[in-house]
Amino acid sequence: MKNIISNINKAFDHRIRLGIMSILMVNEFADFKTLKELLGATDGNVASHTKALEKQHYIKVEKSFIDRKPNTRYLVTDTGRKAFQEHLGALEKLLNTKNEIQ
Amino acid sequence: MENEKYLKDLTEIRNMMSQSSRFISLSGLSGVFAGIYAIAGALVAAKILSYEPSVYTNSQSYIATTNTDLVTQLVMVAAAVLVLAIGTAIVLTTRKAKMQGKKIWDSTSRRLLLNFFAPLLAGGIFCLVLLQYQIIGLIAPAMLIFYGLALIHASKYTFSDLKSLGYANVILGLIATQFIGYGIVFWALGFGIFHIVYGVWMYNKYDRKAA
Repeated sequence: MKNIISNINKAFDHRIRLGIMSILMVNEFADFKTLKELLGATDGNVASHTKALEKQHYIKVEKSFIDRKPNTRYLVTDTGRKAFQEHLGALEKLLNTKNEIQ
Repeated sequence: MENEKYLKDLTEIRNMMSQSSRFISLSGLSGVFAGIYAIAGALVAAKILSYEPSVYTNSQSYIATTNTDLVTQLVMVAAAVLVLAIGTAIVLTTRKAKMQGKKIWDSTSRRLLLNFFAPLLAGGIFCLVLLQYQIIGLIAPAMLIFYGLALIHASKYTFSDLKSLGYANVILGLIATQFIGYGIVFWALGFGIFHIVYGVWMYNKYDRKAA
């Protein structure tokens, strides 16, 4: 049981972070506006959570200019992909064991 | 308590994954309309051709007609069906997106359109080439095959159900190559009946609940 819980990643223990990772897992990249709209979150909210994930090296940030406007793209890193998959596996296992106990 | 939180997490993950990568406002009802237009178009085309029976009913039909007037009329009918079908799809899909509180023009719909129209455009040009060499009999099968491929390709970016419609049209198109001279019948079946069946199925599965 301990083993399972240790795989639950605290870095993903928030709705917005979970959302950011989910979006980036299935898309090549996503820009700030897309993330904001999909998650229904505020600028500051998205910014702080992306920063937290970036610090863990789970996502990468690419800044560029499109039509002279700054554009920020977020991409998931290999580390992030692996960590998120482990997190998902842990969630799944946890739910399965709990269901068995019930 | 904990359990519920994790279940909610999983639901959120699934939601975000599909919402961010698939355009799910595509209206099923627009498929039904596309089918009706296609059948109407096929009837008009059959009527036009009935004035010139040698074109399609003749087994030599793939060595086409030189009657450019006739060809122009048929192309016009096909174009009208296409414009009507796409127009209706845009109107109904916009309405559905609005009801769902989703955007009609975002990265998912852009991706869907691009991936749908790329194979379709290639097919359209190929059909014009067939027309150029007057290989009229293969135009209907080619339209079905390319349309099917476009659907299979696009299905990754919207409801995966679209894939079945795609395969059905490709197979029908390939069968149609062996029955040259019955192009209109296959055309009506693929673009008409298949669309209506698919549209009703999609409407029942997704739209009716939402409405």
